[in-house]
Amino acid sequence: MIEFLANLGRSGLHWLSVLGRASMFLFRVLRAQDAVVRRYRLTLAELYSVGVRSLLIIAVSGLFVGMVLGYQGYITLVKFGAAEALGGAVALSLVRELGPVVTALLFAGRAGSALTAEIGLMKTTEQLSAMEMMAVDPYRRVFAPRFFAGFLSMPLLAAIFSAVGVMGGYIVGVGLLGVDSGSYFSQMQAVTDWREDVVSGVIKSIVFGFVVTWIAIFQGFDAEPTSEGISRATTQTVVISALAVLGLDFILTGLMFT
Amino acid sequence: MNDERVADTPHVVVEDLVFRRGRKVIFDGLSLTVPRGRVTTVMGPSGTGKTTLLRLIGGQLRPDSGRIWVDGEEVARLSTRRLYALRKRMGMLFQTGALLTDMNVFENVAFPLREHTDLPEELIRNLVLMKLEAVGLRAARDLSPAQLSGGMARRVALARAIALDPDMILYDEPFAGLDPITMGQIVTLIQRTNRTLGLTSVLVTHDVVEAMDISDQVVLIAEGRVMDAGTVEHVRAGASAWSEQFLGGRPDGPVPFHYPGDSYRDDLMRGRESGND
Repeated sequence: MIEFLANLGRSGLHWLSVLGRASMFLFRVLRAQDAVVRRYRLTLAELYSVGVRSLLIIAVSGLFVGMVLGYQGYITLVKFGAAEALGGAVALSLVRELGPVVTALLFAGRAGSALTAEIGLMKTTEQLSAMEMMAVDPYRRVFAPRFFAGFLSMPLLAAIFSAVGVMGGYIVGVGLLGVDSGSYFSQMQAVTDWREDVVSGVIKSIVFGFVVTWIAIFQGFDAEPTSEGISRATTQTVVISALAVLGLDFILTGLMFT
Repeated sequence: MNDERVADTPHVVVEDLVFRRGRKVIFDGLSLTVPRGRVTTVMGPSGTGKTTLLRLIGGQLRPDSGRIWVDGEEVARLSTRRLYALRKRMGMLFQTGALLTDMNVFENVAFPLREHTDLPEELIRNLVLMKLEAVGLRAARDLSPAQLSGGMARRVALARAIALDPDMILYDEPFAGLDPITMGQIVTLIQRTNRTLGLTSVLVTHDVVEAMDISDQVVLIAEGRVMDAGTVEHVRAGASAWSEQFLGGRPDGPVPFHYPGDSYRDDLMRGRESGND
């Protein structure tokens, strides 16, 4: 029993110290955000690497998720003679929940893991140290542009995911199952509230973007400078990000949709 | 202060340096001085904290106690802005080269110039080509770091380290893992860079022969303190038993071949006794 409590305490202390280091790191990254504007070329390059390169996986996933929603939604709604409401059901599911959450999970797997591995490798090969010794602040040169790029890309990617998802639902619902095209879009317009649904979804995706990018960059920065260390950090980025996104989704949903 | 007096002052002074990693004591009251414009080599066995010493001099680590002055400024007390200003006057050559992998050779050497100056592109190009010519790699400017051998990477890193014309260069194990030809090239480069640019050079290494050839002053460290220090001749002539063992590469001496423990005889006898039980 004592052993169990001691282990629990040790693990608690370990995670508290990680959280402390991560918070200090975030503070320094945020303080260096002026570099995002001053060094806009670096920021644009990172936006391309983090955002544009994630487009394909986000768009394809959005399409499939929308198609599945269209199909499943139709099966349920047709039982109640409400197949025309399909557009609203698909849009609400995407904008409120699936858009931000699935995009964040995919973003953690695609861009988050890449950020962790890149920064971890820069640390292992002493590139970050070399920058410091050349009087170049890695927080401004490396971390700030990447953080901003992740933070900005996430809501945009979530919006694209939802938009493509709506089209996926349309292809299945209207194209294959025969729902009326006009009803699909008019129902969508009627039930989707700008502030209640769209803005809430955007807030979620902003929070997820902030958290996932923070976790990814910090894991790379804090990685043990060995190949095992990088491998562990990359895995942790995906696992911790996924748990954080799902946990935060529950909290944000509770706060925003009560 | 006039130039002559500046020239007389040591470039780096380390005083009573204590540094620990967790419970392990790396330096325990280490003191040394690095004269200006000379090559000073810090030697010692692997794991004695030679690289740590360079990081302390460069302000990447802070001492637990004791003080380090570089160019008259106490490194640990400098604000980030002043520390970065000091670092612009010092170059560091990392053991692996530490080239930025997303840039080619030319861009790596241009990196400090682009970061710290507003020079026109044409001038940057000329400066980079001059630095690369000095290390014999002008024609390799379009290669990526992955295409370079270990020695070439170190030469590019040296070109990058001298890009801002620093007053001092810190070399971290510059000879480790090099073939004889490449090692000869690096030795010549260090010597030539030091002489032509009038730099202060601090080398940390355990390659005795190469280091002794090019050093003006040698500092031998072990167990967290200085074992011997002085000119090459002084260290060779009046060396302590420890230094003699280190410089001569003898397997046994003050640093024992056997890991400290109970006597061999007692250990064997104990086995026999327990066998009789």
